[in-house]
Amino acid sequence: MLRYLIRRVLGVPFLLLGVASVAFILSQSTKGDPLSALVPERMMNNPEIVQAVEAQWGLDKPLPVRYVVYMKNLVQGDMGTSFNTRRPVARDIAERLPATLELVVAAMIVGTTLGMAIGLLSARFRHSIFDNAARGFALLGSSLPIFWSGLIMLYIFSVQLKWTPGTGRLDARTQAPEGVTGFYTVDALLAGNGGLFIEALSHLALPALVLGWSVIGIVARLVRSSLLDALGQDYVRTARAKGASDRVVLINHALRNALIPVLTVLGFTFAYLITGAVLTEAIFSWPGIGSYAVSAARSLDYPAIGGVTIVGATAFLLANLVTDIAYAWANPRIKVSG
Amino acid sequence: MSAVETLRPASPSRARRAWTFVRRLPLTGQIGILILLFWAVTLLTVQFWPLVDPLMMAGRRLQPPSADHWLGTDALGRDVLSRTLHGSTYTIPVALMVVVSAVVIGSALGAAAGYLGGWTDAVIMRAADVTLSFPPILLAMTVAATLGPGLPNAGLAMVIVWWPIYARLMRAQVLEVRTREHVEAAIAGGAGRGRVLVVHILPLCWTPTLINATMDFGQVALLAASLSFIGLGAVPPSPEWGSMISEGAAKFYSWWIAFGPGMAILSVVLATAFLGDGLRDVLDRRGPK
Repeated sequence: MLRYLIRRVLGVPFLLLGVASVAFILSQSTKGDPLSALVPERMMNNPEIVQAVEAQWGLDKPLPVRYVVYMKNLVQGDMGTSFNTRRPVARDIAERLPATLELVVAAMIVGTTLGMAIGLLSARFRHSIFDNAARGFALLGSSLPIFWSGLIMLYIFSVQLKWTPGTGRLDARTQAPEGVTGFYTVDALLAGNGGLFIEALSHLALPALVLGWSVIGIVARLVRSSLLDALGQDYVRTARAKGASDRVVLINHALRNALIPVLTVLGFTFAYLITGAVLTEAIFSWPGIGSYAVSAARSLDYPAIGGVTIVGATAFLLANLVTDIAYAWANPRIKVSG
Repeated sequence: MSAVETLRPASPSRARRAWTFVRRLPLTGQIGILILLFWAVTLLTVQFWPLVDPLMMAGRRLQPPSADHWLGTDALGRDVLSRTLHGSTYTIPVALMVVVSAVVIGSALGAAAGYLGGWTDAVIMRAADVTLSFPPILLAMTVAATLGPGLPNAGLAMVIVWWPIYARLMRAQVLEVRTREHVEAAIAGGAGRGRVLVVHILPLCWTPTLINATMDFGQVALLAASLSFIGLGAVPPSPEWGSMISEGAAKFYSWWIAFGPGMAILSVVLATAFLGDGLRDVLDRRGPK
């Protein structure tokens, strides 16, 4: 058990090295000339800039040296300069990351609470109309192209019903709250600004629902099946025999054990949400790293896409690591091989 | 064992057995087959249908759905219904090629890793681990952007994203099957390594791959459309579903531009999810109910 965890943790730096190496290979393969991945086309005529970039990234040196230089720059947090914003990619990403995290965390809350509620009720009322309808609802969420469902929801709730405000994190003229977390909802609360909190929350609600919907199915399906599994166990029969009510058996006895497998999918869910967030942000003009990546991809801003990819992969790896550790901790009976 | 039988071709009553097989699928699985058949027929014959040209102006711009244009017209006055139906000739073949390539490449590498072990195994599976460390859409976006926009490049990017899944599946299967008695018997009987792998191991390894490939097909189509939506897949004026939705997003208040292609993607993803679930029920009896 401990050996597994140590191996798992020690593996992460190697995976990160692999991720960075892939990013390096990709940065060297753009249209044959790696320079084109570092210098915007319109600056190519300026010999000073070209020379400076060549010196910084060691482009006049052979490939292995370039690799070392690339890694050194990366470790120091230098991912190059964005063609679009003409600012260091690392700074762009650092500024935009909180917006993405706020969206993903909110969507995760939506997805897991609704998923658990639906899974619980589906197991309780198995094969009922509710069970089937809930399964359909969850399946729909994971099958809808999010860049389309977001558009439709925005049209229905924002344009037609006017229940939610338009795109973005805040109304156009609102000043963003000062704060440490970068989560506008949390920062507004910390500043004691109730109105701003409501505004930030109402902007967050629709994208978080659209994104969270996509993972309800994963959670609900797992909760349902592991609950049904738990309900067939001896300890549940014992609890019933002692006269515990349905509700007590379901919540106190079965659910507690059924929640362990849910831990395992949270990492997977997170990966799914990162993917979805890229497209959700594009639709809702959410100023996070997803919309940054999309506009970078549209204009072939290679340093920016590469930077987001490295950051995304790192977050993804860490999320999976935390999941594995939590899982091993929550269920020591499970022998992890490999 | 029935899994192997149903996969083995060239039996005299092939059509009949296929029909029996379809009848054993749950209703949702049958609906999935119907939807996929509809799209297969559409993509093969749509050029002969009495539709207006998907690339030409067919009416006034941005018209809501009407008797003349069932799904309305887009910003250039093109018929959305015609474009949606023609869109099947882009997304579906690309998704099909991606899944087939990923299955072939991934399975070959996975089988080699599982059967040969040692360094081959280590190198292939570490490469798979690294590939799976990326959030799929970000890796696909980076590769597609590096290769340059266009549907073939997007397809290649998706193969790079998808092969490790099949490598892992096939490796696990090979590792499991190679310890079975009939394999030991074959080795004892003097069969060579290649023959053991191809004749005695691989035929028993395909069921999980088949189920996964079916379920993945919709997800691959979804990713292909996503890349086109971002602008890295099909290039205008192709009536690809993802780029049509992107055009719809630009003309936000004309909701009907994006409606047809969105429904089309949804139908493909749902159909393959239904069919994959059904296949798992019928083929893989060991799996959880």
